[in-house]
Amino acid sequence: MNEFLRRLLHLPNQSSSIARDIDALHYSVILMTMAGVTLAAVITAIFLFRYRRRNAAIPLTKKIAAPVWLELLVIGGLLGLFGMWWVIGFSQYRTMQTPPADAMPVYVTAKQWMWKFSYPSGPTSADELVVPVGKPVKLIMTSRDVIHSFYVPEFRIKQDVVPGRAVTAWFQAIAPGTYEVLCTQYCGARHSFMRAQVIALAADDYARWLDAARAPLALPGAKGDGQATAFRDPHANSLVASTADAEDVRGPDSRGQPTTLAERGHRIAAERGCLRCHTVDGTPYIGPTWARAFGRRRATADGGEVVVDEAYLTQSMMDPRAVIAAGFAPVMPSYQGALSPDEASAIVEYIRALADAPPARPVPPPDGDITSSPARPTP
Amino acid sequence: MTPDVSTVVATVDTAHAVAVDPARAEAALALADDRSYLRAGSGIRSWLLTTDHKRIALMFFVATLAALVLGGTFAMLLRTKLLTPGPGFVEPVTYNRLFTLHGVVMVFMFMIPAIPAVFGNFFVPMMLGAKDLAFPRLNLASFYVYVFGAALTLWGMIHGGADTGWTFYAPYATTSPTDVAPVAIGVFVLGVSSIMTGLNFIATTHMLRRAGLRWFAMPMFVWTIYATSIIQVIATPVLGLAVILVALDHALHMGIFDPALGGDPVLFEHLFWFYSHPAVYIMILPAMGVISEIVPTFAKKHPLSYKALALSSLGIAFIGFLTWGHHLFVAGISQFDAAIFGAMSMFVAIFSAIKVFSWIGTLYRGSITFNTPMLYFFSFIYLFAFGGMTGIAVATTSLDIHWHDTYFVIAHFHFIMIGGTLTAFLGAIHYWYPKMFGRMYPERWGLVSAGLVFAGFNLTFVPQFLLGNAGMPRRYYSYPARYHMLNVMSTLGAYLLAAALLITLIYLVISLRWGRRASPNPWGSRSFEWRSPSPPPVHNFLVPFDPAHGPYAYDEPPPETHGGEAPPEAT
Repeated sequence: MNEFLRRLLHLPNQSSSIARDIDALHYSVILMTMAGVTLAAVITAIFLFRYRRRNAAIPLTKKIAAPVWLELLVIGGLLGLFGMWWVIGFSQYRTMQTPPADAMPVYVTAKQWMWKFSYPSGPTSADELVVPVGKPVKLIMTSRDVIHSFYVPEFRIKQDVVPGRAVTAWFQAIAPGTYEVLCTQYCGARHSFMRAQVIALAADDYARWLDAARAPLALPGAKGDGQATAFRDPHANSLVASTADAEDVRGPDSRGQPTTLAERGHRIAAERGCLRCHTVDGTPYIGPTWARAFGRRRATADGGEVVVDEAYLTQSMMDPRAVIAAGFAPVMPSYQGALSPDEASAIVEYIRALADAPPARPVPPPDGDITSSPARPTP
Repeated sequence: MTPDVSTVVATVDTAHAVAVDPARAEAALALADDRSYLRAGSGIRSWLLTTDHKRIALMFFVATLAALVLGGTFAMLLRTKLLTPGPGFVEPVTYNRLFTLHGVVMVFMFMIPAIPAVFGNFFVPMMLGAKDLAFPRLNLASFYVYVFGAALTLWGMIHGGADTGWTFYAPYATTSPTDVAPVAIGVFVLGVSSIMTGLNFIATTHMLRRAGLRWFAMPMFVWTIYATSIIQVIATPVLGLAVILVALDHALHMGIFDPALGGDPVLFEHLFWFYSHPAVYIMILPAMGVISEIVPTFAKKHPLSYKALALSSLGIAFIGFLTWGHHLFVAGISQFDAAIFGAMSMFVAIFSAIKVFSWIGTLYRGSITFNTPMLYFFSFIYLFAFGGMTGIAVATTSLDIHWHDTYFVIAHFHFIMIGGTLTAFLGAIHYWYPKMFGRMYPERWGLVSAGLVFAGFNLTFVPQFLLGNAGMPRRYYSYPARYHMLNVMSTLGAYLLAAALLITLIYLVISLRWGRRASPNPWGSRSFEWRSPSPPPVHNFLVPFDPAHGPYAYDEPPPETHGGEAPPEAT
């Protein structure tokens, strides 16, 4: 039945974990609405024929008022039906919009007219996203120029990619294969040529691919798929890191490139002076610390609360005064235009990697007054 | 050119003579015809400087039909390109300009003014028993503002070749290498015209109803035009604001919407859809009004639940302001916003369903004659319900993610815009043609071309639903080969639709001169505008009508018609 309806409606294969559920709702909505439309048209046709004027001498029907119960039945019935679709649709929408906690992150940068995919463990690729089958993949996306939209018909996912923001989408491929990525937000002359591929590989094939992709980066001890635990910052205590420090600590590899995305993020953060105000060991300084921040809730100056996620971190770089963390002065300048989307993604990944950094010392109360307390720790 | 007092008195006397002495009807009819609004003055100045709402309506008629032909030509070029999946006879940039032109011309120059500025202008004063709109000179000004805006937009398109799509999404529109400002300003000017028209209808409905004509006794068409006008007056300024900010951003790099300069592109989407979603109701509500007039006339029966029909128009106008966010389900709005906008969108469908229910119920136990307007009504019921129900489908948040910005959405809104508004527009032309021009259109040609419009429309847009299901994005110059077959079907359907519309245009133009003369009330309607000669005199009525005989009072004896023979239903 599923397969028959899918072909009838020209839907693509169901190749992600959510596709089949989405299509089930699709079938019920389309079949019931089309049945309703057909019923309305058939009744209209019957009335048009049945009540055609046969004899002008027959007196005209007097005014008929629709009985209230019938009106209420029609309105109530439709409300109930639409309400049911709304509830099911919205619960699916929540699932589609909320990446699972264990999803593997991939950073996506869109530009006219190509897609670039960066893996936390280092490799980047253009127009080709290689993912393991059966593992949720979270895309952290931004655009370098105009709005694009990431769409994989077989996965039933789509997300506008907005410049200056980090937006997320996720999917879990359920079968190995190659799936086309189409840009669905009009983005200029070559909009219709802005296509990429998702290549879903079985777990062992994926591991082999990752090794091969990482080989040119030649890194000691680099393993795994770049999960947060893979990264440890040996200089977590360094509060004020200069460019020289960063070079010293990280050191570029033989190809002049640090190994993982988080390490690139660390180097960029040092070069751009982020670490002059943000610590990576849990101490609040001029700005909030980056350690153990990601994924947690944070009080804001206006009394609200915000979850520290990719979107919030990107916003804080590009428009720092939009949301001020409680207890901090709004002194950070905007890095709009100073940090490229790639660099911003690398810093986000660095902060994400610090989510589980071990505390170096007891953490002072978060509402500590930075102007009176000696913020700079002893080395 | 306004007749002086003595002329009016003479006209009234003539009408009385008709009522008293049927033998003189023929002569009186000829006399009335001479004084019809079409012949009240001659020469180009009597048209260009007229403040007669009927003449202004005809000028809008010509202008909007020209826009329809223009927008339709662009559509044919687009569909012709899409016959092949690869590069075609136009370059990608040209293609992008063509769909921008198609959208801008069809939305702002045809769909929005089509029914209100033509049929609303012509019939709202007649249905209220007024001699003209409340502000006749403002009405004339709105026409010239429209012409100026249209000329500016088209000049901007040819000169600068904007390729932003009619949606002007930032930051593409603010950084496009093409010249966006003239088009944006042109759209702004067209919006001003739309506001002027809406303002005039609101004032007219409140101030110029004939004594004794209660709100709930007005013809349904007036209700829908009134609801439309409210949207025009409230929402259009936001569109004006949004497009002017885009123009400023593009020309002066002010950084309002461009994130590279610190702006917010999603803010533009909110502002744009705050107008452009209610704009859908600016287009469809008058169409619903036309259908609400055609159905009782041909079924010879009072509409089922008049109040529900009237109030659901206001309901749509109100709820329509709270649904714009359903265009942003994949734009990165919060889940909470998506939930609210999804639910609100469903309510629009409830109000629309009430109307469909009422129209079908009106047919029940009617005495139905089947002319071309009725065929358009049948076509409308099917296409509008189809389009509306797919609207419910795309308002379901999880389903919209797959369909968003694909051909499914294209097909959905063309079902509403063409299947709904254009079908009703064609129905309105055939329904009121005898009244407006005093001639009949050829019935057989009417029925055949209405059937062809229906067939061509379905062949064009049903395949587009399937294309959307299959995942073909909109605004695609080049598409994967798997979408080829359905695109070919759609293009063939578009050619059929265009041919059918061309046939319609041709016989309507021919009938202007060679059509059979129409009686004042060829359909036997009880509505007020039919109680006047065809075509109406300058001041609309020879004798003021009596609103005590309501516009749908088919269970009462027919009211007196002044200026012609008795309605044919008695014969």
